[in-house]
Amino acid sequence: METAEEIRDRILARFPGAAVAVVANPGPGAQHSLLLGAAQAAEIARFLRDDPGLRLDFCSNVTGVDWLDREVAEAARPAAPDPAGAPAKGAEAKATRLQPGFLEVVYHLYSVALKHGPVVLRLRTGNRKDEVTLPSLTPIWRSCEFQEREVFDLFGVTFAGHPDLRRILMWDEFKDHPMRKDYVEPDDYEWEPTPHGDLLPKARRHYPAAAKEAPAP
Amino acid sequence: MSDPAPSPPVPSEAEREELRRHGILLTSMEELYNWGRSHSVWPLQFGLACCAIEMIAASMARFDIARFGSEVFRPSPRQADLLIVSGTVTKKMAPSVVRLWNQMPEPKYCIAMGACAISGGPFKQGYNVLKGIDRFVPVDIYIPGCPPRPEALLHGLMQLQEKIRGQAISGPGAPRHLQAATACDYPVPEFGEHDLVPPKNPAVWQPPVLVRKEGA
Repeated sequence: METAEEIRDRILARFPGAAVAVVANPGPGAQHSLLLGAAQAAEIARFLRDDPGLRLDFCSNVTGVDWLDREVAEAARPAAPDPAGAPAKGAEAKATRLQPGFLEVVYHLYSVALKHGPVVLRLRTGNRKDEVTLPSLTPIWRSCEFQEREVFDLFGVTFAGHPDLRRILMWDEFKDHPMRKDYVEPDDYEWEPTPHGDLLPKARRHYPAAAKEAPAP
Repeated sequence: MSDPAPSPPVPSEAEREELRRHGILLTSMEELYNWGRSHSVWPLQFGLACCAIEMIAASMARFDIARFGSEVFRPSPRQADLLIVSGTVTKKMAPSVVRLWNQMPEPKYCIAMGACAISGGPFKQGYNVLKGIDRFVPVDIYIPGCPPRPEALLHGLMQLQEKIRGQAISGPGAPRHLQAATACDYPVPEFGEHDLVPPKNPAVWQPPVLVRKEGA
């Protein structure tokens, strides 16, 4: 199968000026991914599906990632900005800037016809609050339907063009997005027999007041 | 002034056993009634997770729940006496479980089968897991295990039979359905914006008070 760089070059040849970048995976799996701009993502996805050399006809997995705001060390020398947004390495930190957080949706594509894959696509929202709309890829891969609903439910990404965008795991009246990193879960640890670790502060909130005055045996 | 007539002596268990050997059966209405009830506990055919597989195994030939008169798994709550909560109760499922419980006619009993139904079990830290069905439904028997083996379920059923046989027909020890003052309707929680509303039924469940050492 073609490498991610080759696929990126083919996409750029087909859609000149499209926002496509390769996000390198430094792990031993080296599963590099393609970061697509939201504007042309649907067209590029259709190209990936229909191109005779790729024929990525099956989307096996859709998932979400929540990236919080973070402090990024500003590189001293004006290095070429990493298109993937990864922090520049080996540069002396002069100043820090706040990189706003965003939500990311990851698609894993395979070709059943040509028996290759995966090709990993990433789509990123503008921020975590109001610019959370991304194009739905359900019209291109039908298997995305429930998984995009799940990302909508648990991360709060709105998919434009999704045929049936409703919550899938939580109930319709639910307002939160539980997989976001700043989710505050309901306080229902009234009783915990042996609290420890992360549970200890939660359980402590429900300790009876009298117990604090109980004399130590 | 005469002493009141002495009440006839209640035959002891040994005497009754001796009479039974001679073909004379001594019993009371209460005993007969509870004997009948305890040997025809019909469970609701209702499974939530992997514990349900063990429940199914208990109902099949190898473990044979029919030996205890409970083989008639009813597909309708209207015909069931026993709710076996077999598995994790998610908050999305909890209102349905309470509604099923409300639809069962009295006398009815509830078994919390497995760690999840008791407390949330290994999924207790999940945002969508109810931390024990006893927050909404009065549980009679708790069966620990993850999942409990069929023998454990049978043991729980025998404990429940024991409990049924010990219930009085009248008086303060009478079961719920014979006490006119007791409400048989349990409030069904509603889906709220962040959690179930209410998150528990305080009339049924209060967190146990544990006295902890300072700094614990």
